[in-house]
Amino acid sequence: MKKFLIPLALFMGLVVFLAVGLQRDPREIPSPLVGKPAPAFSLPTLVGDQPFSPADFKGQVWLFNVWATWCVACREEHPLLVEFSKTQSVPIVGLSYKEIQAADQANGPLNDTDKLALARERSLRFLQRLGNPYKLSVMDLDGSVGIDYGVYGVPETYLIDRQGVIRFKHVGPVTPQVLQHKLLPLIRQWEAS
Amino acid sequence: MKRCLLLLLIGMWGAIGMNTLRAGEAQPMADDPKVEARLAVLAEELRCLVCQNESLASSHAELAEDLRREVRKLIRQDMTDAQIKTHLVERYGDFVLYRPAVKPLTWPLWFGPFALLVLAVWGLWRYLRHRKALVIQRMSEADNAQAQSLLKD
Repeated sequence: MKKFLIPLALFMGLVVFLAVGLQRDPREIPSPLVGKPAPAFSLPTLVGDQPFSPADFKGQVWLFNVWATWCVACREEHPLLVEFSKTQSVPIVGLSYKEIQAADQANGPLNDTDKLALARERSLRFLQRLGNPYKLSVMDLDGSVGIDYGVYGVPETYLIDRQGVIRFKHVGPVTPQVLQHKLLPLIRQWEAS
Repeated sequence: MKRCLLLLLIGMWGAIGMNTLRAGEAQPMADDPKVEARLAVLAEELRCLVCQNESLASSHAELAEDLRREVRKLIRQDMTDAQIKTHLVERYGDFVLYRPAVKPLTWPLWFGPFALLVLAVWGLWRYLRHRKALVIQRMSEADNAQAQSLLKD
């Protein structure tokens, strides 16, 4: 009897390892930025001429949401973000990530002014139609700020605390579960501190 | 059977051919050969985060293109390879490296397989010694005599 216990234990261990391994999403890469200051930038916003930088929001907790009109998964989370923006005091800042895609430049490359104009027009139309959850949105046309934030798939959402430190990162659309069980408790925690 | 083998061979040949074709597609923007040469070496060591089993050098994903551009920019800023890797690890984590750094967190990854091998060899050695003892024990004097007599007939 004892002879079978060791292989059985080994097998059970293997099953546990595999079960845990299969449940994990290989696309979810832990961000080294959590616990670090949010990378600084200064980018034009969707409306107005004033550029925005994260330092402007020092002293308050805010969400930083990476989005684009071409991003299908962003539409999935959009109604939830709109709903959230109505009820909560935490502002959401949008990062319009690479709004201008290769397909937009099929008839020759656009210059930076034209790119920004087209991106603004299309983003505004999108937000007018589906609701605007963003306090403001910054335009990252070449995706360089995205690289600084370790963006590798849109949408992504960051929680930034009063000191400007990233406290949480979520990759993929924000679901009601993520909002209820992860974002909201963390927002409460960092608002209190 | 022969036809099966032939089909398999053709399939394999096709797959190899396609691979070389694909590899040829990723063409660097050769504005500065020195930068491109360094990029080519570095990009092999860096992982594309979208298509996770491809290196930056071989990936066609848009993010890979952006990251190649970023690495080019860093090379032009005269950063060393190690500095460039650190720069990317700070943003994307160890995952971006194809060969993760050897540090306490990655020890299981680097040495785990060897530890398992040592354990398996030890187990095998113990099992074999145990079995040998069993075999020797089972051949008692009486058994031996019986075997001898049987063999004689």
